[in-house]
Amino acid sequence: MAKVLVAMSGGVDSSVAASLMIEAGHDVTGVTLKLWGGEQDSGCCSVSDVEDARRVAAQLNIPHYVFNFTESFDASVVDPYIAAYARGTTPNPCVECNRTMKWGRLLERSEQLGFDYLVTGHHARIAETRDGPRLRRGDDAAKDQSYVLYMLNEAQLARTLLPVGHMTKGEVRAHAVRLRLRTASKSESMDVCFITKGGRETFLGDRVPRAPGRIVATDGELLGSHDGIDRFTIGQRRGLRISASERRYVVDIDAHDQTVTLGGRDDLLRAVTALRDLEFPGERPVATQLLFGQTRAHGTPAPCFVEGDVVRWSRPQPRVAAGQVVVFFDDDIVVGGGIAS
Amino acid sequence: MIYLDHAASTPMRPEAVAAMLPYLTEHAGNPSGSHAASRIAKSALEQAREDVAACLGCDAREVIFTGGGSEADNLAIKGAAWARHDEGLDGVVTTQIEHKAVLGATHRLAKEGFRVEHARATSDGIVDLDELSSYLDERTSLVSVMTVNNETGIVQPLGELYELVRAQSPHALIHTDAVQAPQWLDMTVATAGCDLVSISGHKFGGPKGVGVLVNRSRTDLVPLIEGGGHELGFRAGTQNVAGIVALGAALMATHEHRSEETIRIAGMRDELQSGLLRQLNNIALNGDIERRVAGFLHVAIAGVESETLLVALDVLGVCAASGSACSSGAIDPSHVLLAMGMSRERALSSVRFSLGWASTQPEMEQAMLGVADAVTRLRAVAA
Repeated sequence: MAKVLVAMSGGVDSSVAASLMIEAGHDVTGVTLKLWGGEQDSGCCSVSDVEDARRVAAQLNIPHYVFNFTESFDASVVDPYIAAYARGTTPNPCVECNRTMKWGRLLERSEQLGFDYLVTGHHARIAETRDGPRLRRGDDAAKDQSYVLYMLNEAQLARTLLPVGHMTKGEVRAHAVRLRLRTASKSESMDVCFITKGGRETFLGDRVPRAPGRIVATDGELLGSHDGIDRFTIGQRRGLRISASERRYVVDIDAHDQTVTLGGRDDLLRAVTALRDLEFPGERPVATQLLFGQTRAHGTPAPCFVEGDVVRWSRPQPRVAAGQVVVFFDDDIVVGGGIAS
Repeated sequence: MIYLDHAASTPMRPEAVAAMLPYLTEHAGNPSGSHAASRIAKSALEQAREDVAACLGCDAREVIFTGGGSEADNLAIKGAAWARHDEGLDGVVTTQIEHKAVLGATHRLAKEGFRVEHARATSDGIVDLDELSSYLDERTSLVSVMTVNNETGIVQPLGELYELVRAQSPHALIHTDAVQAPQWLDMTVATAGCDLVSISGHKFGGPKGVGVLVNRSRTDLVPLIEGGGHELGFRAGTQNVAGIVALGAALMATHEHRSEETIRIAGMRDELQSGLLRQLNNIALNGDIERRVAGFLHVAIAGVESETLLVALDVLGVCAASGSACSSGAIDPSHVLLAMGMSRERALSSVRFSLGWASTQPEMEQAMLGVADAVTRLRAVAA
């Protein structure tokens, strides 16, 4: 029997994770993080989600606490998110939250309080390999969340349990229904948890000083103007407000002169992607090892090689926006990852 | 379990439980009706009103029963401000160390266009009367200052406040959130100069969900809940007879036993305090302890986050609190400590132990050992 702390978001996955830990005979405590102190109407850290988590903990008859990490969340996740868009890059706040909040402050606090493991409801698994613990894709391919956990190192993996990783979402829900958990039929949280009804544009519009700029074609032809680069992401096709006969994508964002360049799909393709802050839970793979690189949370992995700070794609891939995460897999094992620079 | 969170809520006094039971089990009447069953309920309600009036030092016709302390605060502040707006009175003056129920009401009034000012506190935990007095003028409608702060237990200078308000704002009403006071202070004296006084049943051995607003100057208040004209038209809705009867019984018992309970509890609190100061280094008391009521011990424990410490204490069976926990259970850095000019770091490492009528001597020794053990362990890991 281990002493485990379950991070309970108020959603169905972490609710079931807690109950699985109890069924396995562990000494279980639940905790919900209050992360976003601002206006809220959706997402995974609203007051009603905290209430749901407390209710589930009460149903499971386990102690439950709320940790208020709003100030660190602002400093480590929200402020960098806003600054990234202001620079014309595309951050992944969920990755930064996992890095700094759940496997940062929360893991640290769980150790302080004498817990053996931190448990979450993420759909991913931890495999014991010859080289040590490694993160592995969850059994439900459609719900796999290993991408947002790529940064976990061996020490963190050794203190982490992911009990729903071997279940499909359907099995998780069925389990919750059997236990009559209040969260059984709760819908998925899809969006960035601190972004409210108005969406990203409204959220950023209130926070980023906007400077208008030009929208040009790849050949330099002026296509129009915009009122701020934070509205745009590399690869974006919708909401460009430019009429064109063929499909146009954002292929470049220049934060210095606020210029947004549109082009065709081919203009997005790149043979290499430069990365920063590369992290590997074990040894760095050799440059000749064939890996599969994934550039979005549920994107299709593409064959590649990692050389120094560069990913070399076997076939050219759509450009990865600066700030986005590239995760390398060997079969279904996470080998490491980095952030596009 | 060692319960050191009486400032959050107290166990019910046996007198209160006994008094309310017949109104849960036997007497079903609605006090507003005209038959025998109603007369029983009405009679109990009015007896409770008289008992409460006697303990609070007012007339029974000045007692308005509410659904708790927060409602009493809201009725006093919004109700008075709204009622007097047409007389050209638009100023509302309060403090930054009030309970959220007062701050919620004043923030609402500020949004509606009232001139609302919140005075800071000194590092002693006492409202800065110099600053407060700078906000008083001829158009001040209401001044709201709590009797005893709910985090630090510091008694606020209502007597001096009374003099200032009478001199500078002839039309102003004085409201006090006295929710933390009845257990410790003789209310007939402590709140004598206040026009409006809020209390809450569950802070002195009564049930949750029932409170009182005293309307001593019988001023007009715009009700928050309108309907059948109950409570002299100030609060519609069939009265919570059982709860009100229990509140009355709890207040009577509190009033009767106050002197001896205060001495006994202060002794236990001092024992816990000196034990902690002896066992742990780098801990400091928050606020001016000369002005602190008997049941409060509010300490800053350097190098330990209170959020973590409270979990460690809970595991040991010690129930304490920090800041003012919101309904979600999350702990914000205390607005009270910040208003006293305290650093965020110290505010986030401060813990409140609050004793009450049910506290016992052996609990103090156990609590002291538990706190010392938890703090020592957490400091060792953090180092």
